[in-house]
Amino acid sequence: MTPEDFQYISDLLRERSGLVLTRDKSYLIENKLMPVIRRRRFQGLQDVFDGIRRGDPPLMHEVVEAMMTLDTSFFRDWKPFEHFRQVTLPNTIEARQSKKSFRILSCGTSTGQEAYSIALTLKEMGDDLAAWDHSIVAIDLVDAALSRAQRGIYSQFEVQSGLPIRMLLGNFQQVGDTQWKINDSLRAGMEFKRWNLIEDLYALGAFDIIFCRYVIRLFDKPTQKRVLGNIARLLADDGVLYLGVDETAVGVSSAFKPVNTELGLYAVNRPDRPVAKNLALAGAAAGFQSGANALV
Amino acid sequence: MKQCLIVDDSRVVRRVASRIVEDLGFAAEEVADGAKALEISRSRLPDVVLLDWEMPGLSGIEYVKELRQLPGGEGIKVIFCATENDVEHIQQALNAGADEYIMKPFDGDIVRAKFHIVGVID
Repeated sequence: MTPEDFQYISDLLRERSGLVLTRDKSYLIENKLMPVIRRRRFQGLQDVFDGIRRGDPPLMHEVVEAMMTLDTSFFRDWKPFEHFRQVTLPNTIEARQSKKSFRILSCGTSTGQEAYSIALTLKEMGDDLAAWDHSIVAIDLVDAALSRAQRGIYSQFEVQSGLPIRMLLGNFQQVGDTQWKINDSLRAGMEFKRWNLIEDLYALGAFDIIFCRYVIRLFDKPTQKRVLGNIARLLADDGVLYLGVDETAVGVSSAFKPVNTELGLYAVNRPDRPVAKNLALAGAAAGFQSGANALV
Repeated sequence: MKQCLIVDDSRVVRRVASRIVEDLGFAAEEVADGAKALEISRSRLPDVVLLDWEMPGLSGIEYVKELRQLPGGEGIKVIFCATENDVEHIQQALNAGADEYIMKPFDGDIVRAKFHIVGVID
């Protein structure tokens, strides 16, 4: 890969998706584009570069999609989802008692495991949410990933890398020998939409809880700031944001203030409208326990 | 150091599993059949067992039933790790007393996830 090739693809990705590819991540190009090379029966990476330089729009689309397909897994990192179940959801139920509804957004949902982890957690709340109207909106830029998310079919490896076996048996049907399809009942109230985080998100509506995990690290700082600002405008004043555990809004955007950086947990920062409590800390459930360790 | 008993009649599987659990900070002990696993469990209980289904002598199902009868045996975390990957077999293992189930083939991410789920690692 020549420096010119790298610069060309790097510019294409930045312009179309906000993804910032630095030289030290150039190995990712070959890894991520291998499926495109195979699908198109190219000889190698040079054929991809030649194609996009010729201005082949379908190929450009495929390249952006391949580079933007994010790694994900069910209940990734565990602790943020345990916090979501033990603290944020009970507090949401308490705070939204009068209207009995809330909305959750999963940004960069990729192949859907995050959105379904949220749905599985809501289902576990059982009777506590029986009379509630709740919805999950899951967005991603990549059509192929969203299609997989909508199908809800996962390999044996994917389901085992996060789901407890009883949760798997209770919520999936086995398809053939090695695939598992999520039950339709769990998908009720879920929407999957193609959306680019660097564009205006306003039309998605307002949310009480937002997951945007392992997405902003793909962007440069100005784009991170813009994306976090876009997200903050969607979030309720007492709402919470979960970033990836190694991501931060500190020093990037004043739209959020940290609640627990080990969990990637942030609250909306609106100094003009001080909020006494947010969903992560309100009520009696604030003493989050994970194993023997209190984290909040 | 926490102990993991690996019970599988395949030497290759035992070696792969040992490397994975050692990377997770466990001391691994390998045995090739359920009867030997039960003998070891009678003298010293491990923290977690990775257990194959079909083995010469005592099967995985028979082992877990016997283990649960031992003093202290009810609290040992048992994770089946088997090629039987249909719902009926999985349900049978859970009914016999297994805590979790891994459908082979497996890798380090899967073992780590299952160890977290049964609570032997954070």
